[in-house]
Amino acid sequence: MAKPFDIRKQTGFTPLAILCFVLLYLPIILLVVYSFNAGSSIALWEGFSLRWYASAWENEAVQAATIRSVVIASAASALATTAAVLAALATTRVKPWRGQGAVFAMINQPLMVPEIVTAVSLLIFFAMIKVQTGYTGLWYLILAHAAFCIPFAYMPIRARLQGMDLTLEQAASDLYATPWQTFRRITLPQLFPGILAGAMLAFVISLDDVVITEFVKSAGQDTLPTYMLGQLRRNITPEVNAISTALLAASIILVVAFFFLSRTRK
Amino acid sequence: MSDLSAARTATERRNRWLLLSPALLILIFAAAGPLLIVVVYSFLTPGDYGGVKPEFSWNAWFSVVMERDFFTEELTFADAHLSIFWRSLKLSLMTTVAAFVFGFPTAYFIATRPKRSRDAWMLLIMIPFWTNLLIRTFAIMELIRAEGTVNTLLLWLGIIDAPIQMLFTEFSIMLGMVYVYLPLMVLPIYASMERFDFSLVEAGYDLYATRWKVLTKVIFPLVKPGVIAGSILVFVPCLGAYVTPRVLGGGKNLMLGNLIELQFGQGRNWPLGAALSLTLLAIVMVALLFYVRAAGQEGEKSHG
Repeated sequence: MAKPFDIRKQTGFTPLAILCFVLLYLPIILLVVYSFNAGSSIALWEGFSLRWYASAWENEAVQAATIRSVVIASAASALATTAAVLAALATTRVKPWRGQGAVFAMINQPLMVPEIVTAVSLLIFFAMIKVQTGYTGLWYLILAHAAFCIPFAYMPIRARLQGMDLTLEQAASDLYATPWQTFRRITLPQLFPGILAGAMLAFVISLDDVVITEFVKSAGQDTLPTYMLGQLRRNITPEVNAISTALLAASIILVVAFFFLSRTRK
Repeated sequence: MSDLSAARTATERRNRWLLLSPALLILIFAAAGPLLIVVVYSFLTPGDYGGVKPEFSWNAWFSVVMERDFFTEELTFADAHLSIFWRSLKLSLMTTVAAFVFGFPTAYFIATRPKRSRDAWMLLIMIPFWTNLLIRTFAIMELIRAEGTVNTLLLWLGIIDAPIQMLFTEFSIMLGMVYVYLPLMVLPIYASMERFDFSLVEAGYDLYATRWKVLTKVIFPLVKPGVIAGSILVFVPCLGAYVTPRVLGGGKNLMLGNLIELQFGQGRNWPLGAALSLTLLAIVMVALLFYVRAAGQEGEKSHG
């Protein structure tokens, strides 16, 4: 008997799609597998071992870069999320106002301008400030990261705010709550999943940044990704795979958590 | 009464700008403001050790496409720059086409799954996208190196006698960019396919259309806005790519992003770097305008 005619079928599409998924994950899986290699090759398997994790763990440059990455990502995502919450409150659930378009363009600017262009412009601008003030600390990187994290933090917060019910806040005001009390007791708790999602996205984006950090950093300010980029010139050992795997795990956990946080909106 | 409402709108307006000020300050300081300084720098004279001298000059913009012979003062096109522009455009276009060839069937596959499992498939597409771009580029590099997985496998199987040189070619850059940006193609195509009404396909078959005809005459025209959006979303970051050509191109196959970086490193020609950056920005803006227009048309259609 012939198979029933499936109107959705297109010849070759399913194999191509499966191939696509395989190709999307195969390189990453291989990278993770060889991080556990006992030998120093990234293509010949010589048995299971955690030696490259141990060697990355003991590597002082890696330690310093990890701490720096986490410090920058925490500070930048905290700044970006705070700014994004306030901006979302000012731009959501309000009547259209003059200058709204310009403000949206400003907030989304880091998404539209190519990263290399932003990186170059920050290099130039911060070089000027460094000459004037002599300050070469981490704040350049934190502010640069905060700026490109703002749109990523803003999107889920705004989406959450748009889906929120206004009547609860109205009820609170009717019961003589002050605007601050209403915000603190009604708006903020409802908004919290959106804020958390935005902060996590901002953290991941900051943690993963290569280009802008590479241009803005002063000497000795490597983050984990720029450290890895620097290692490329040398002979590659599975130590880089081990660092990559750790970073991948952190990103994937945060992204999956973000996915579920931003989905429970019913 | 009108005084009161005027006062209220004034307070509202003040509160609004107060709320917006932290975000705007950060963005002006570390995104928009520096961009204006790039414009100024592109009209200055390069300093001897990097930086600039405060003397006005058109030279940077001039040397984006032209060069003057050092001895004869003869004007010629800057072949080195033009070939890099050409490579950037060519590789970005080829990457977009390749991403479409793989991305379209994948989006179609996901959109035709049962409703409950679609989210999970999309999550599978998005996870790699949200993980570190450098690590993914890295994974491709390990795959295609001379002593990498593919060559080792082919040697072991006896298909080849010597490793194939895949890394540090234009092919490897393209492969890397397709790999890295593919999710940006799948996402918008899937978004426009998800709403697709399959009774139209049924009508097509009732009218004796072949599968190919249904695909090209019924499905494709209706998801075209998604295809355009996906193509722009892939094309734009490819044009400005820096990490992928640096890691997979091996210093020979420069793209625009690397040419810009050179001016701030070895080249020590900051004004030229600034002018090249603005050229890249201009190309990207044209592509984005095209995208906004296409998106606008989609909006009109769905209302009509």
